[in-house]
Amino acid sequence: MLELRNIVKTFRQGRESLRAVDDVSLTIGAGRILGLVGESGCGKSTLSRIIMQLLPPDAGRVRLGEVELTALPRRDVRRHCLDFQMVFQDPYASLNPRFTVFSTLAEALRRRHPQLKGSELHDRVAAWLETVGLPPRHMRRYPHEFSGGQRQRIAIARALAPEPRVVIADEPVSALDVSIQSQILNLLGRLQAELGLTMLFISHDLAVVRHVSDTIAVMHRGRIVEQGGAEQVFTDPRDPYTRQLLDAVPVLPRVPIR
Amino acid sequence: MPPLLDIQDLRIHFHTRDGVVRAVDGVSLQVEAGEVAGIVGESGSGKSVTAASLLGLVPMPPGRIAGGRAWFDGTDLLRLTGRELNGYRGKRISMIFQDPMTSLNPYLRISTQLIEPLEIHEGLRGKRALHRAIDALESVGIADAAKRIHAYPHEFSGGMRQRVMIAMALITKPDLVIADEPTTALDVTVQKQVLEVMRRLQRETGTAVLFITHDLALVHEMCDSVTVMYAGRVVESASAAMLATGPRHAYTRGLYRSNPAGAGKGCALYSIPGSPPDPARLPGGCAFRERNTLGDADQCLADHRPELVEIAPGHHVQDCPGCLAPSQD
Repeated sequence: MLELRNIVKTFRQGRESLRAVDDVSLTIGAGRILGLVGESGCGKSTLSRIIMQLLPPDAGRVRLGEVELTALPRRDVRRHCLDFQMVFQDPYASLNPRFTVFSTLAEALRRRHPQLKGSELHDRVAAWLETVGLPPRHMRRYPHEFSGGQRQRIAIARALAPEPRVVIADEPVSALDVSIQSQILNLLGRLQAELGLTMLFISHDLAVVRHVSDTIAVMHRGRIVEQGGAEQVFTDPRDPYTRQLLDAVPVLPRVPIR
Repeated sequence: MPPLLDIQDLRIHFHTRDGVVRAVDGVSLQVEAGEVAGIVGESGSGKSVTAASLLGLVPMPPGRIAGGRAWFDGTDLLRLTGRELNGYRGKRISMIFQDPMTSLNPYLRISTQLIEPLEIHEGLRGKRALHRAIDALESVGIADAAKRIHAYPHEFSGGMRQRVMIAMALITKPDLVIADEPTTALDVTVQKQVLEVMRRLQRETGTAVLFITHDLALVHEMCDSVTVMYAGRVVESASAAMLATGPRHAYTRGLYRSNPAGAGKGCALYSIPGSPPDPARLPGGCAFRERNTLGDADQCLADHRPELVEIAPGHHVQDCPGCLAPSQD
């Protein structure tokens, strides 16, 4: 579905230059979730901006389905913007506080279907709310009336409403409390199964990534140091950096629960 | 020997437009000399407010200490004036905050900030103070400390700044360090290094640590004892080893169960439904009742709040029949 080949991006500041993304190649199959793991400054956010077509790479190719985006003129690339949607870390900052849930989702829906209006629009918004596990009767409410977990559900609905082909979730559960995290992870798992979601799931939390992803790529200093099936990367890491990362994660002892 | 810190029935209220928020609602906990005691809870559970109150850091108003005691070496910290507290803050009790960027003064060199507690509490000045500060910086693993001590905070990375904070907290050899989410802002590999430094220095100096976190796994890695808080109250407390043999309260069990590391790929995680209650509108009975799916919600107390009882030596849990009921599945 999404294929990146030999992506390079260098930032220059004065005489210094930083190779933020260094020859990265990744593939996400249709209906699959790729977990991208790395620490701050590893280049994962730059990479996601390149995929989102917000930042042109210095070299390399991005292909979505049959279309080679990097070969298209700038104007035509914009037509594919809707094919990528993002879910951000902080659901408090990423929703417009002056928009009701209805307006937020209606706007997202109409980007793909500008002709939608009236009761049909209303029904589509209601359907999306139900899909992400929120009561449709809350659609006239504002973001501040919802909890962090509920806001993240709204943000997920907003990302899915324009029918993107790829969703990029950048630390979507990191700002949430533990008991809410698992609710959102379950929601993402269910959406993948029901809607055939193709997703790049970026996180620093290895346990979370392991749970949601089909494949995992580990990024370090702009490079993908290891890539493979989720279980394989966890149980049999090849790269020393991956091992170091796994080693650093605090482990919860297995506890008998009556 | 009495515990180093003995908090009894602490109540902290915030007076807001929405009414009185009972952020801390009858919390009792003890920290023994030289131990690492963990408080684990979600945001809004009251864990940070509990810790902040010990050093007079709860803004008043809107906050108010509505009741309770916090005995520290024979003195009730909650009844000290600001001036009296200054004799404790940074001397016998110090604090490490979550964000090292905002808790260091960006205008002052590290040296100035490290020496300040020595000047205030020990009257140490000049070369002697500087040498102590350099030693402290070395002890947290900062290379070339004699030179780097003259740098400004922005010249350090996040992990390095948090090491500076640890050095600063320990420089007066306090009896108790309160660490509020000290590694939450750090990357995992940096977190590991910082925690190792903390653990090593804690063992060397015998300082007790009150370690506040939302991360249950971290508690097991760092702490000797654990207090689990929910909706302003303690739901369960025990030694870490004892808790690992079987948490009893439905909320604690839910926290362990919802950990993604323990679940197989593809199968749905257990998740605690709903969200924590609005602290301005706490229910009269068991605060966990509506989210209790591991116990038996029908048996949860509805008319009064469950009290903490000792169900095994050293293992305390809220006495709510619904939350103590065994899992149905």
